Amino acid sequence: MAEDHGILVVGELEGGKLASLSKELLGGARRLADHGNEEVSLLLFGEKAAALAPGGIQLGADKVYVAAHPVFSEFNSDAYTILISELCQKVRPSLCLMGQTDLGRDVAPRAAARLDAGLCMDCVEVNADSEQWHYTQTRPVYGGKALAMVGSEDGRMQIDTVRPKSMSPWVPQGERKGETVILSEGLDASSLKVRCLKREYQEAVEVNLEEAKVIVAGGGGVGGAEGFQKIKELAKALGGAVGATRVPVDEKWAPFSMEIGQTGKIVSPDLYVAIGISGAAQHVTGVLKAKCIVAINKDPDANIFKFSDLGWVADYRVAVPALIEVFRKRLQ
Amino acid sequence: MEIIACIKQILDPDLPPAKFIIDPQKNRVIPPEGIPSVINPYDALAVEAALRLKEKKGGRITILTLGIKTAEDIVRKGLAMGADEGRIISAPDIEGLDSFATAYLLSQAIRKIGKFDLVLCGRQAADWDNGAVGSILAEFLGIPVVTRARDVAALDGKVVVERLSPKGLETFEVDLPALITVSNELGKARIPSGWGIITAAKKEIPVWNLKDLGIDPSQTGEMAERNRLLKLFAPSLERKCEIVKGETPAEAAEKLAEKILERKVL
Repeated sequence: MAEDHGILVVGELEGGKLASLSKELLGGARRLADHGNEEVSLLLFGEKAAALAPGGIQLGADKVYVAAHPVFSEFNSDAYTILISELCQKVRPSLCLMGQTDLGRDVAPRAAARLDAGLCMDCVEVNADSEQWHYTQTRPVYGGKALAMVGSEDGRMQIDTVRPKSMSPWVPQGERKGETVILSEGLDASSLKVRCLKREYQEAVEVNLEEAKVIVAGGGGVGGAEGFQKIKELAKALGGAVGATRVPVDEKWAPFSMEIGQTGKIVSPDLYVAIGISGAAQHVTGVLKAKCIVAINKDPDANIFKFSDLGWVADYRVAVPALIEVFRKRLQ
Repeated sequence: MEIIACIKQILDPDLPPAKFIIDPQKNRVIPPEGIPSVINPYDALAVEAALRLKEKKGGRITILTLGIKTAEDIVRKGLAMGADEGRIISAPDIEGLDSFATAYLLSQAIRKIGKFDLVLCGRQAADWDNGAVGSILAEFLGIPVVTRARDVAALDGKVVVERLSPKGLETFEVDLPALITVSNELGKARIPSGWGIITAAKKEIPVWNLKDLGIDPSQTGEMAERNRLLKLFAPSLERKCEIVKGETPAEAAEKLAEKILERKVL
C-alpha cells in the first residue's frame, strides 16, 4: 500500500470568507509540508466556497477541494464525517488538520475511528522535525495544568484538531497557482441520522472576543448578573469587549458567547482585566497569549495573581467604579 | 428506557495547584496523598441526565466504568444518585489506554449488556480532555451521536437534544438507539440522598474481564495504542505580578491606570 502523503486542512468559513483559524491551519500545514516536500490540500464546504479557492492557494494550499453539493452548505456532523472520511480514504494524507471548533470536536474523533487513524485534540503545537516520529503533537491536559507531547508514526494517518492562535498564517503569495477540484456528489439522505430542528443564533456581536485587543472579564467573584453591569461599564471605558469565565455562564449571569477558556473562546488581547476570577487552569489556558493581564480579586491568595502582570487586592465593587472614574478622565 | 451511563474516575480537577506534581519518569501525575479521586464532573452530569429521563419516562440505568482500583467508589456514587445497576470492566494497564481502546472496551461491555435505548457520556474527561471517547464509542456501536448536550428530552423512540454553540442554541432530534455526550450547561448533578447511599452500598457490582467480554487477550489489536505519549510536563506559565496599593481606592486606581498605560496596551 502506498505511503500516506500530504497534509489536508479542513477549512471553515466565517462571514462568507475563509475563517482566521483556517488561515492559521494553512500556514501551519505549509510549514509542516515543506519539511518533507509534501502537498497541502484544503477542503471547503458549500458551492460558494469555490470562489475562495484562489485565496486558499495564495495562503499555502496546492489543491483546493470544494464539497459543492447543497447537503454540505451548512455544518452537519454526519454529512461532514462521511465526506471527510471518504476524501481522506481517497487522497490518503499523512495528516489531516481541523480547527478545535464545533466541526473539529465532532468530526475528528468520528473520522479517526472510521479511518483507523491516530487522533490528537486541541493541539497547541504540531511538529515534523523529530527523527523518530512522523509528527509530534503537544496538547494541554488536566484543564491546562500540564502539556502532553504525543508522537505519531509513519504508516498511520494522523488527525489533529488545532487550538486557535497556535499556528500562524502564511503571508499570501499573490502569484501562486494551484488546482481546484469540485466534488459534486451528495449523500444518501438516510445516512444522515441526526436532524437539526432549529438554530437560534444570536446577532453577531459588535466586538469579536477572539479579535478584541482589550477584554474585561468577570468570574465567580462577581456574584450575580448585576455585577456584570459594572464589568460592562469598565469595558466601555477601556474601549474593550466583555468576557466571562465558566461560573457566570453556568449561573446564567452571562451568555455562553462570552465564555473564555478551555470550553469557550481562546483570546489574545493586549490587555486582559480579570475581575473576581479565581484563576482556575481551565480559564487561564484561554488567556495565556494576553500581553498584559491585570487581576482584581479580594482574595490575596487567589491563583489568578500567579498568572498576572499587575494586581489589586480589593473588592471589585469598590475597585471597578474607581477604575472607571480614572479611565474616563484619562482617556477622554 | 434502557440507559447506559459511562463514567470515569479521575484526579480531582479542583486539586490545589501545589499538589499537582508530575512524575517525569512515568509521565503520570503522582496521586496526591489524602485527596480521593472523583467521578469526572461531566460524567456525573451524564448520570444526572439519565436520572432526569428515568424520572419522566421510567426505565433502568446501568453505570459502566473501566476499573482502576477505586472504581467501585464512583459506581456506588452513581447508584446512590439513583441508577439501578453497575458494571466494572477490568483490563491490564487500564490507566494507559487511549480513547480508542477505552471506547472499544466500553462497546464490548455494552454489547454484553444487550439491548439499550441510549448511551450517555460526559463530553470529555477533565483529566485528559480529549473529548473523543463518546463519539468513537458511537462509531464502534454504529449508532448516531450528538455531543455537548445541555438538555436531553425523550419522545417515543427518539430524543431531542439542545446544545450551545458559540453562535447560539441548536436543537437536534435523533432516533434511538443513540449516544449523547453531556456538557456542563446541563446544570448540577444531584447529591445522593442518605437512603440512596445505603441501598447502593448493598448492591453487587459485577466485574468483567477481557474474557468475559469475549476479547482474546492475545488478539488485542483493537487496543494497541495509536499514538505514543512522549512527555507529560507542566508549562511555566507564571508571571511576575506587581501588586498595586493605595491609601484610598482612588489612589490605587490611579496607580493601576498609570502602570497599565505605561505598558502601552491600551
